[in-house]
Amino acid sequence: MDFSFTEEQTLLRNMVQSFVQDNYDFDSRMKIVRSEEGMSREIWGQFAELGLLAAPFSEEMGGLDGGPIETMVIMEELGRGLVVEPYLPTIVLCGGILSRHASDAQKEAHLPGIIGGEDVWALAYAEPQSRFNPADVLTSAKADGDGYVLNGTKAVVAAAPWASKLIVSARISGDQRDSDGLGLFIVEKSASGVSTQDYPTVDGNRASEVTLENVTVGADALIGDAGNGLALLDEALDYGIGAVCAEAIGHMKCLNDATVEYCKTRKQFGVPIGSFQVLQHRMVDMFMEYEQSVSMTYMVNMKLTESEAERKKAAAGAKVQIGKSGRFVGQEAVQLHGGMGMTEELNVGHYFKRLTVIDTQFGNVDHHLKRFAAA
Amino acid sequence: MDIDFEPEDKAFRDDVRSFIEENYPQHLVGVDRGELSKEDFLAWHKILAKKGWAAPSWPEEFGGTGWTVTQKYIWNEESAAFGTIPPLPFGIAMLGPVIYNFGNQEQKDWVLPGILSGDTWWCQGYSEPGAGSDLAGLKTKAELEGDEYVVNGHKIWTTLAQHADWMFCLVRTSSDGKPQEGISFLLIDMNTPGIEVKPIITIDGGHEVNEVFLTDVRVPAKNLVGEQDKGWTIAKFLLGNERSGIAGVARSKKAIDRLRDIARGELEDGAPLLDSADFARKISELEIDLTALEYTELRTLASESKGQGPGPESSILKIKGTEIQQRITELTMEAVGNYASPWVPQLDRGDNYLSIGPDHAEGVSQSYFNNRKTSIYGGSNEIQRNIIAKMVLGL
Repeated sequence: MDFSFTEEQTLLRNMVQSFVQDNYDFDSRMKIVRSEEGMSREIWGQFAELGLLAAPFSEEMGGLDGGPIETMVIMEELGRGLVVEPYLPTIVLCGGILSRHASDAQKEAHLPGIIGGEDVWALAYAEPQSRFNPADVLTSAKADGDGYVLNGTKAVVAAAPWASKLIVSARISGDQRDSDGLGLFIVEKSASGVSTQDYPTVDGNRASEVTLENVTVGADALIGDAGNGLALLDEALDYGIGAVCAEAIGHMKCLNDATVEYCKTRKQFGVPIGSFQVLQHRMVDMFMEYEQSVSMTYMVNMKLTESEAERKKAAAGAKVQIGKSGRFVGQEAVQLHGGMGMTEELNVGHYFKRLTVIDTQFGNVDHHLKRFAAA
Repeated sequence: MDIDFEPEDKAFRDDVRSFIEENYPQHLVGVDRGELSKEDFLAWHKILAKKGWAAPSWPEEFGGTGWTVTQKYIWNEESAAFGTIPPLPFGIAMLGPVIYNFGNQEQKDWVLPGILSGDTWWCQGYSEPGAGSDLAGLKTKAELEGDEYVVNGHKIWTTLAQHADWMFCLVRTSSDGKPQEGISFLLIDMNTPGIEVKPIITIDGGHEVNEVFLTDVRVPAKNLVGEQDKGWTIAKFLLGNERSGIAGVARSKKAIDRLRDIARGELEDGAPLLDSADFARKISELEIDLTALEYTELRTLASESKGQGPGPESSILKIKGTEIQQRITELTMEAVGNYASPWVPQLDRGDNYLSIGPDHAEGVSQSYFNNRKTSIYGGSNEIQRNIIAKMVLGL
């Protein structure tokens, strides 16, 4: 048993950490969030230069051969900086699906654009009625010659406003919530019949409602086998959970540090408020929630590559932990900062808002409790 | 023990219900507080003022309604059930009772009518950057020069000061003795030179609170309420009043009804979310906690009607009331699932703006984030627990 990081992993962490410190302080972050586009292509290009966009891909594909632990290290550090650039959708979700399941031809066609930082990708899987069930898919894919015609609506697609390419889940056969019959399709956002309604989200990111109207794609758009899309999607979402858990522990760490620091310096009744036992215990609880979350984050990221059953249970358990702890730490950090915690000007509220979105992303606590019980 | 209303109370309930239905401005039905203009805020108040119902909590001689405690309770219930815009607390609930308890005749004559009519908008100048929970630590200074006070300082979290005509303000007139001993209660015209109001944007994207900077602001000495250096008694009296209305039971009931409607319209695997045992349990838990609070409030009211004023027990109402409000907004946000994320500030919506997702998802996360303030303001819930520990348990 060993919970220590390798030298390479530590170097990776140091690199991302110092990049974020030097280039992504809170003011810079808010400038990016409030800009017209809402992300920085310059920062994204620098991620490419640093090799971050190549990290999880195999060497033969031009990658650095990293695994879930490397992704975890990167996401934790990006979380500390509240980075909005689309590492999760492009690299972890879509990049992950492509690297694990795409054909050689698909990889050759698409991975260089991801690794080089030219293309942002978004995973369009949720639908207005689907809530957290990825099998609940009304978007249809009808066979048409060699290819398919796609019709349907995808909901709250993170990073879609920035994306040039999408991976879309669509039903090739079966009924609305059947686990068989789904396909994952690569769709150019510029393709005829694709339209989007773009908007900001609570956490400073951007998302879209994506409508597909008679969008024709070739046979080379389908990833993996026809009808097997749900297994690929479930796996990708579990990798996504591993990544947002890491991002969330980055947030929690920053919130806890900020809260402790604030309570040491903020004076009321002639003493620092951190000298009050009732507040000390609250901060101890926040600290314990953070430590428990770190444990579950390590656990899930070590189990992502295990059997499907183990992976699912680990992901569900970790997501429950992160959802609960993130909510607790976020709410308490605001409370202990008093009025200051309520202001847009302080970073505390922004960590809290991202943690709130993470609680829902890929399914909330109730959803994963059920999934855990069933696994 | 008896919890049924008397026949005359039932008749009263029918009367106020039909009055609200017939007179409430159509364009303000179901509107969020965050979207209101100054005129909107005051529209309902002005209608009530004409009817003589603007200040049910005041004694009749000062413009109150003369209602019994039960009638006041019914009025609040009916207003909340209809979803009227809550009356602004600063004049009616906070300053009014201070003036008719501590003010001189001249002050009663010029302050109370403006509050009743809605012509004067008051804001509360209490908190300062260094004086939050520890309010007595306030530093804003008022020095008497002839027949004027010269005020210098910095107030913060001043709710809706951007609309205010006047501010009631705690100032330090002496640094001798204990911090509580040199505080005075001053009425300040917001149009006086030297006052600057700066907005604070909160995490829900709204502009409710402000900073108020006071630089050499000259205030007539006759605007002092009560005695100089004895303002702390008034400050505490006002905070006690602020707490008692804060349980918000009727409005929480209404919010739970709305939550249930939303959960009925949301689907989980094709079935209404309301049918999910997990979700229904959470709504039930909230409802049970709210029932307990309702009866706690009724017990408080009952002893009030026997002449016992709201004691430190009213801190229970503040703590439990705000915790329940926060849980309702949290669960409402949870109900809408993925559609809690879209976030398009009012100001950024063009003419062609199409709402995203179901209409009932609109504003639910803003409301969740905004409501985090309720356990902080009005004396934080930590301070309320201190009050119970000291004043009730004798610890």
